[in-house]
Amino acid sequence: MRKISYCQALNEAMAQEMERDPAVFVYGIGVPDHKRVFGTTNSLVERFGTERCFDTPLSEDAMTGFGLGAAINGARPIHIHIRVDFLLLAMNQLTNMVSVYRYMSGGKLKVPLVIRAVVGRGWGQGCQHSKSMFSTFAHIPGLKVVMPTTPADAKGLLISAIRDDNPVVFIEHRWLYWQKGEVPEEPFTIPIGQTNILREGADITVVATSWMNTEAIMASKILAKRNVSVEIVDPRTIAPLDDEPIIQSVNKTGHCIVAENDWVYCGLGAELAAVVSEKCFGNLKSPVARIGFAHTPCPTARHLENEFYPNAVAIIRTVEKKLGLSQTDLDGEDFYSHENRFKGPF
Amino acid sequence: MITTEKNKKLNKISELNLKFYKKLYLIRRCEEKIIAHYSEDQMKTPMHMSMGAEAIAVGICQALESGDQVFGTYRSHALFLAKTEDTDDFFAEMYGKKTASLKGKGGSMHLCSPDYGFMGTSAIVASMIPVAVGCAFENKRANNGRLVVVFFGDGAVEEGVFWESLNLACLMKLPVLFVCEDNGLAVHTLKFQRRGYNSITDVVSNFNCLVYEEKTTDVQVIYQLTRRAIEQIKTRPMPCFLQLQYFRYLEHVGVNQDFDTGYRSKDEFEQWLKVDPIGLQRRKLKDLGWEEDEIAELETDIDAKINSSIAAAKEACFSGISELYKGVFA
Repeated sequence: MRKISYCQALNEAMAQEMERDPAVFVYGIGVPDHKRVFGTTNSLVERFGTERCFDTPLSEDAMTGFGLGAAINGARPIHIHIRVDFLLLAMNQLTNMVSVYRYMSGGKLKVPLVIRAVVGRGWGQGCQHSKSMFSTFAHIPGLKVVMPTTPADAKGLLISAIRDDNPVVFIEHRWLYWQKGEVPEEPFTIPIGQTNILREGADITVVATSWMNTEAIMASKILAKRNVSVEIVDPRTIAPLDDEPIIQSVNKTGHCIVAENDWVYCGLGAELAAVVSEKCFGNLKSPVARIGFAHTPCPTARHLENEFYPNAVAIIRTVEKKLGLSQTDLDGEDFYSHENRFKGPF
Repeated sequence: MITTEKNKKLNKISELNLKFYKKLYLIRRCEEKIIAHYSEDQMKTPMHMSMGAEAIAVGICQALESGDQVFGTYRSHALFLAKTEDTDDFFAEMYGKKTASLKGKGGSMHLCSPDYGFMGTSAIVASMIPVAVGCAFENKRANNGRLVVVFFGDGAVEEGVFWESLNLACLMKLPVLFVCEDNGLAVHTLKFQRRGYNSITDVVSNFNCLVYEEKTTDVQVIYQLTRRAIEQIKTRPMPCFLQLQYFRYLEHVGVNQDFDTGYRSKDEFEQWLKVDPIGLQRRKLKDLGWEEDEIAELETDIDAKINSSIAAAKEACFSGISELYKGVFA
C-alpha cells in the first residue's frame, strides 16, 4: 500500500469528505493562507472555493458559536485551530453551548461539528503554544475527543468525525505530521471509540496517547533487546473511551503505565488508574504509574523544555522500576530529536 | 364569538391589530398565571419574566415568515409564546413534565422548539449571538431566503462575543436581525455604571449594517419597523441592528416587583405603565370599533386555553429517571 504522511492523510480526509458531501465546509484563522495550516488544507480553497474554505476574523469564541449555528442548521463544519491553546478562547462556546445544544433541544437538533486543534511542541513554543488539554475536553459531557497517532488513524478517524452527528474535538500533535504510514487511498472510517493495540507484548502495558505512542515504540524497541515485551495500547479516542482492550491488556501483563501527552494531575492517567484498579484489581502486580507533562507551564528554553516533556527514557525507567530491572545503558541509543528534524519557527 | 358580519367589516389593519392583541394578551396572562401559581413551588425553575417587553417579541414575530428562525435568552417567555403560541408545551416545560418537548430539561431559561423555528435560548449573556450568525450563514449558503433573528439584552453589548459576531455578520453580509432589548439594566446594574460610551447605536453604526432604534410600547410601530428592516436586510443585503427600549416590570429573576430595593424608581415604572403594551393595544382595538364585550370574550377564550394548559401540565407525569441520560449524543 502507498505511504503518505499524517499531514497528507488529514488533507485527503477533508478533501474526500468535501467532495462527497456539500454540507462539509472548513474554516478557521489562516486556513486558506499560503501556509495552509502546515499543509493540511492544501488545495481545498482551489477545489471547493472560498464559500467552503475560508479564513476568519480573530474571533475564536464567535467562530465556534458560528460553527454550532451552521451545524444545527444542516452544515457539517470543520473549524481549525493552528494551536489548541487558541481553542481555549472558545471554552464558553464549547462548554456552555456546543456540548449541551443537543440535550437542550430535547434531542431535536444535532451538532455535527468538528474542531481540529493542533498541539504545538518544541523550538521554544513556550507556555501558550504547547498545551494538549485533551483531559479537560474529555471531562465535558457532550463532546467526543479524538487524538490519532498514525497516518491511517488520522484519515479514518477524521472521516468518522466529519460524518458523526456530534461535536468532535480532534487533537493533532504537530510532530506526528511528518510520520509516514500506509493509508488506503479510498475514503474509509475508523470508528470513534475503538482502542488500538499498537504493539503486542506480554510483560507490561503502556497506554499512550498521541505523540507518546512514538516515544513508547522507541522505548519498547530498546527494552526488547533485554527481552522485555511491552504492549502498547493507543486509545485513539479519549471520549468515548473504549476501555475493554486496556483492561484485557492489563489483566494479561499485570502492570500498567499511562504515558500521556498532557498534564498528569486530574488527567486521563487518573481516570485509567481508576478503571484499572476497578477492573484488574486482582491481577495487578504493581500500582498504575503515570507519565506526562511536568506540573508547570511549558518553558521556552530548550533544557527546561526537555525536562517538561515526558519521553522514551522516562518510559524505560518506569518499566525497569516496575519489573525490578537494573537501569539499561542508554548510551548510543538513538532517541527522537526534534533538533534533527526541524529548526526555525513553525 | 366574533360574528360573521363583524368579520366582514374587519379590514386588514383591524385583523392585524386583533392578532397583535391576542398574542400580547396571551403572553401577559401566561406570566400573570406564573405569578399566581409560582408560590405553589411546583414550577421549580428560575423565572426571568418578560413583563413589559411583550410588544417587542409580538411585533417582530408578526413580521416573520413561518420558516424564519429566532434565538433568545433566558428571558424569552414572550418570544417563545409569540413564535409558537404553544401554551401546552410552555407550561408543561415550566412544570418539568414529560409532555413537554424538552421533558423538563430546559425550564424557563432554556426554552427551545425548533419545529416552530424557535431555535434555542441561552442563560450565558450574548452566547447565542454567534450561533444565530452561523445559522444565518447556512441559510445564505442554502439560498433558502430564511431570516434569523437573535434577541439579547443591552448587557450583551458589553460581551466581546457580541462585537465578534456583529463584525462577522457584517463581513459576510448575512441575513440576520440583531434585536437589542434595551431595559438599561444588567441584573441590577444601571447602564451608566456599565457604559464607557454614550450610545450603542452610534458605535454599531460604524459597522456595515443597518441600524434602527425605537422607544415605544406600540406593537404596530415595532412590527412596521421590523418589516422595513427585513426588506432592507434582503435587498441590500446586509445585517440589521435594532435597538428597542422597554421597561422591565419585575425583578431580574423572580415574579415580584423590586422597586423597594432602591436601585431604580417606581416613578419611571408608572410612566411606562401608562403606555403598557397590552393596555395600549386594547385601547387601539376599541378605537377600531371593537366592543368591550367582544374583547372580553376573546380574552375569556385565551384565559380558558391557558387554564387548560396549566391543568394539563399539572396533571401530566414526570419523565422516567432514564430520561436524564437521553439526548446527550445523537
